[in-house]
Amino acid sequence: MKKIEAIIRPEKLAEVRAALEKVGFPGLHVCEVEGHGKQKGVVQQWRGDQYRVEMLPKVKLEIVVSDKDVKKIVQAIVETAKTGSVGDGKIFVSPVDEVIRIRTNESGESAL
Amino acid sequence: MRRKLVSGLLLGMLALGLALPVLSWAAGDPTGANTGTIADVSAATAGAPTLEEVAATAGHNKVAINMMWVLITGFLVMFMQAGFAMVETGLTRAKNVAHTMAMNFMVYPLGMLGFYVCGFALMFGGMGALGTMGGYAGLNQEFTLHLFGKDFGLFGMTGFCLSGHYDVAVFAMFLFQMVFMDTTATIPTGACAERWKYLAFFIYALFVGSVIYPIFGNWVWGGGWLATLGKNFALGHGHVDFAGSSVVHMTGGVIALVFGWLLGPRIGKYNKDGSINAIPGHNLPMAIIGTFILAFGWFGFNPGSSLAGTDLRIAVVAVNTMLASATGAVASTLWMWRVRGKKPDPSMMCNGMLAGLVAITAPCAFVNSISACLIGLISGVLVVEAAFFIERNLRIDDPVGAIAVHGVNGAWGCLALGLFADGTYGDGWNGVAGTVKGLFYGDSSQFIAQCVGVTANIIYVGAISFVIYKLIDKLVGHRADPAAEVHGLDVPEMGVPGYVGVKMDKFSETPLSR
Repeated sequence: MKKIEAIIRPEKLAEVRAALEKVGFPGLHVCEVEGHGKQKGVVQQWRGDQYRVEMLPKVKLEIVVSDKDVKKIVQAIVETAKTGSVGDGKIFVSPVDEVIRIRTNESGESAL
Repeated sequence: MRRKLVSGLLLGMLALGLALPVLSWAAGDPTGANTGTIADVSAATAGAPTLEEVAATAGHNKVAINMMWVLITGFLVMFMQAGFAMVETGLTRAKNVAHTMAMNFMVYPLGMLGFYVCGFALMFGGMGALGTMGGYAGLNQEFTLHLFGKDFGLFGMTGFCLSGHYDVAVFAMFLFQMVFMDTTATIPTGACAERWKYLAFFIYALFVGSVIYPIFGNWVWGGGWLATLGKNFALGHGHVDFAGSSVVHMTGGVIALVFGWLLGPRIGKYNKDGSINAIPGHNLPMAIIGTFILAFGWFGFNPGSSLAGTDLRIAVVAVNTMLASATGAVASTLWMWRVRGKKPDPSMMCNGMLAGLVAITAPCAFVNSISACLIGLISGVLVVEAAFFIERNLRIDDPVGAIAVHGVNGAWGCLALGLFADGTYGDGWNGVAGTVKGLFYGDSSQFIAQCVGVTANIIYVGAISFVIYKLIDKLVGHRADPAAEVHGLDVPEMGVPGYVGVKMDKFSETPLSR
């Protein structure tokens, strides 16, 4: 099993979710995060003084899936979250040891 | 059940509608043309007043119109306190809202009490007869220096707690002048926001209403030495300030300058290499609504300063006021957008409109509409340049632009009167015959009188503010604890956050000084 963490633009969330639903993975969780990559924020103006807002708002999705589905999902996210400009985000894939469904105490892939 | 009720109601309304033509509408006076007749003139024989009785009623009505005008415009000016509170709080950070709001709130009652106890007496105790409000002449004790064979009025000496002047005209005058004083009082709270200890502010608020403001006010509006520059030294009509560019705004601006300078910048404002960190305010909608409230209140501030609803020049005053506010806002916006910055900058738009209003406050009754537009236009550019100069060259941290708006444009307004007064108004002003004319209309001495007034304001208000600042500093200290300042003054100073349960975002944080 793998965990897919995708950091994307907040305005792309609805599109990505719809795409995931289409390929058959409706379950996910989302958190609002702030951060920056190499491009380092945006410049704003207050009373004539320029200043840089270094941390930008992003959205992080987390989905745990079986190994065979990883490629499909990553593909769906990349296709929908991409604008081609700096700041589109990143996807991290990592192994997951165990999954337990709290309601039934099932574990392993059947708990996904 | 509900349906029955609704249909019952509808039927009832229908019945009422059908009954309309049957009901009598003949009684009363629907156009108002017949209300107020000879029967309403107070007379010994009802319906048959003598000429004396008619004349007495006319006189009473004239004073009543004037007094109504003074009171209602005073109520409008009182509401400007809400505008100031919103502008100052909107342009500062979320972590200090309760503190900034609480300063703007308590300055009203504290300033008022100071003005009641001794401010009013010092300012108006020697003003002479209240001409437009019935001629009450009890305010007639001015402390005067006799030098070079001339009289220099310094302050009034009667009217403490309004005692001895239990008179309607004096009370109306007190209300109107009190709310003007509170406008001055609330200006420095913006320049000192986000770092001023509340206790120090508290003591300041008593001083401003009782001493700082009334003395200069006496010199211009209470018959003091600036008002008599014309009579004594043939300098135009003396220092003329219709509604308070110098008396109210410049005084507030100079206090703001001295206090803001001595208090020092907010933590994180300046870097070691001299560069500046922007500290964005947390609520622009609040600042813009506050600006509108102020612009609305200004229709009390300027037209009300005629102290007479029967002086129909108030129409000119009101139009000049709104025109200058428009050109001020447009000029500051374009100047920021095209010349000094890259964006129109909403906070400078607000400053620009207020700058236009401040600048037109002294000359509003004496200039034509084109001059009013020009005065506002210049003030809009001036306020941006002044704000930059104060921040970058003087290195005084004024979070809301109070010094640039009120101090610099207050001075500009007084000088503008000395340039643009067109000689159509002000016959007999300050006891000098003839109308008020500026330099461009042939009276250079009026411009000199304006310069003297502005200089006197800087020297007197600057000096007394310095002394009072140092006095309060000795008593309780001015600067809030640095840890409290970084954390936000709301909890350490006021005991409660202004926005309970709201997670502060990064814009509220203090920039790192590099």
